[in-house]
Amino acid sequence: MDTVRYLDDDGKPLRDIPLSEEELLAGYRALRRARHFDERALVLQRQGRLGVYPPFRGQEAAQVGVALCLEPSRDWLLPSYRETAAAITFGMPLSKLILSWRADPAGWGAPPEVNMVQFYIPIATQVPQAAGVAHALRLQGKDAVAAVFIGDGGTSEGDFHEGLNFASVFDAPLLVVVQNNGWAISVPTQKQMKVQRIALKAQGYGIPGVTVDGNDLVAVWTVARKAAARARAGEGPTLIEALTYRVAPHTSSDDPGRYRTEDEAEAWKKRDPIDRMRGCLLHLGLWDEEKERALSEELEAEFVAAVEEADKASEPRPWEIVEQVYAEMQPDQQAAWNYLHGGEA
Amino acid sequence: MIAERGTRIINLVQAVNEALDLALERDPRVVLFGEDVGKMGGVFRASDGLQPKYGDKRVFDTPLAESGIVGFAIGMAMAGLRPVAEIQFAGFLYPALDQILSHLGRMRHRTRGRFTIPLVIRAPYGGGVKTPEQHADSPEAILCHVPGVKVIIPSSPERAKGLLLSAIEDPDPVFFLEAIKLYRGVKAEVPEGYYTLPIGKARVVREGSAATLIAYGGMVEVCQKAAEVAAREGVELEVIDVETLVPLDTPTLVESVAKTGRAVVVYEAMRTGGFGAEIAARLAEEALDYLEAPIVRVAGWDAPYPPFSAVENFYRPDAKRVLEAVRQVLTH
Ligand SMILES: Cc1ncc(C[n+]2csc(CCOP(=O)(O)OP(=O)(O)O)c2C)c(N)n1
Repeated sequence: MDTVRYLDDDGKPLRDIPLSEEELLAGYRALRRARHFDERALVLQRQGRLGVYPPFRGQEAAQVGVALCLEPSRDWLLPSYRETAAAITFGMPLSKLILSWRADPAGWGAPPEVNMVQFYIPIATQVPQAAGVAHALRLQGKDAVAAVFIGDGGTSEGDFHEGLNFASVFDAPLLVVVQNNGWAISVPTQKQMKVQRIALKAQGYGIPGVTVDGNDLVAVWTVARKAAARARAGEGPTLIEALTYRVAPHTSSDDPGRYRTEDEAEAWKKRDPIDRMRGCLLHLGLWDEEKERALSEELEAEFVAAVEEADKASEPRPWEIVEQVYAEMQPDQQAAWNYLHGGEA
Repeated sequence: MIAERGTRIINLVQAVNEALDLALERDPRVVLFGEDVGKMGGVFRASDGLQPKYGDKRVFDTPLAESGIVGFAIGMAMAGLRPVAEIQFAGFLYPALDQILSHLGRMRHRTRGRFTIPLVIRAPYGGGVKTPEQHADSPEAILCHVPGVKVIIPSSPERAKGLLLSAIEDPDPVFFLEAIKLYRGVKAEVPEGYYTLPIGKARVVREGSAATLIAYGGMVEVCQKAAEVAAREGVELEVIDVETLVPLDTPTLVESVAKTGRAVVVYEAMRTGGFGAEIAARLAEEALDYLEAPIVRVAGWDAPYPPFSAVENFYRPDAKRVLEAVRQVLTH
């Protein structure tokens, strides 16, 4: 099974690029925006200003390329904890994402114009739900698709199978994106499954499966766009395997030294999705150092403003523990709320 | 016996690690597996060093699938092995609930003893260390509501080691929940070598006469702290560590309440339908005549456990809330 690629490891186009110049520039900007967030978030985490944080370094293209095909108030995104880059590109405000990784309830609900469900923490539960979302969109006659993300490890869960089968049986307009980043914490993909290509699993559901170079934004975007068009045309779901690599630790609590050597990560760093996309822009004469510097400044200003915004919300509000448990607060929650608000239980 | 051995000061994960090591060494039927259990030695290092020592046939990583892990373990146990399966966090037992509810506790019964499940399922549980969403769940009540399984939650390194070895020897399925807060939070003297402790016995960990605090796992230290504070004001509280939730040692609880006349039950799971409700019901059934005040429960609120935010200490019961309940039973 071939891997779809448009750029070589340095970003030089291997064939005709089916994206406009504006799109290429917007794509690069989206990649840089995600990377900037990830780098700054790790700093905040080390300062104790975020909770456990799952970095996505190296996986930006695999997420951004899919999110760029979606329209946040029409389409839906069901991400796992790994997909902050997809969330950023999809339109989640950065301040909300900072609050979210600070585990502040103020960050949990997406704004009304963004159809993103809060990051899924238990593995694979999002897949059957995404099939249901997609099917409901179709039943309601909406010209919309859903995109769901999962890791290589997650494909081992029963919910992955059940969700794909449902999506297939009902021709749900769904993109199932597996980021094959080589690892599920300490377990390498080869030990997770015997099949060589996760995209081959699609055959078991009678749907198309595509393996794409997940560090090649042009390739991911093109493949996802095709899958979204297919879904919108009522032809059903597509399984997209994005081949990438988790160059960072599993989360800010993980020590990869316990299970891997860094040679492999070093090799993958040479295929960095952002460097490759910049290489592409440089090759096409669309980019220069001046633009790069201006972009860096803009992204830093945006991040600083987002942190300021997030910090406004951050007084602990213990009574929120029992809010939004039911549509209408019930007696037990009300008693707890009164207690947590400083009154009596 | 135990007192004659040498001891060392170790924490609860190290105690679990020692027990697993000794079980693997002693019984060739013991196998250890789960997510990240082999190469990495577990996300909390409970199986650290065991794969190099016993090989990857006996200590191994599985695919990421809890229903698979538990179903596979049930099969291995039926076929003559003694599996010890790890579920990475108790909140991730949920995909395995079909295997647990449908078969784990029923196999002996439905095959009239022809097939049995001598299986231990270990899982870290509970809060207090700022973990992400669903990593701090305390689902013990769900597990206690399964016929045919035993449920153990130790509160110290010494108890954890001996009880885990008993669980591995036990002929029936045992859930062994380990409080994440205690993994590195407490260090204590632990006897060297192999020893077992009785399953199904509660322990009085502090004697007192004013009221009885009943807890297990991570809440035992909270109750001990509360008892210390109360003692400074001249109020002597008795603290009981339930230790085995199923089968429950009701006589020890009743005996204590017969002495104190007052009971506060403390658990960190959400209050409604929690295991503390079972304890309160047993006391209502068997100790009502001794009670001088209604039983009070101190538990998590009826809401999901809040992830690693600044507010988790408002969810998880602490000494302050325990003492408020004590005041309530004393002033009734
Ligand atoms: C049901 C469930 N089981 C276990 C875990 C613990 N856990 C969190 S991430 C992870 C590995 C996931 O690997 P993969 O699906 O490849 O995604 P990646 O983290 O590499 O993005 C595990 C085992 C969990 N969150 N949910």
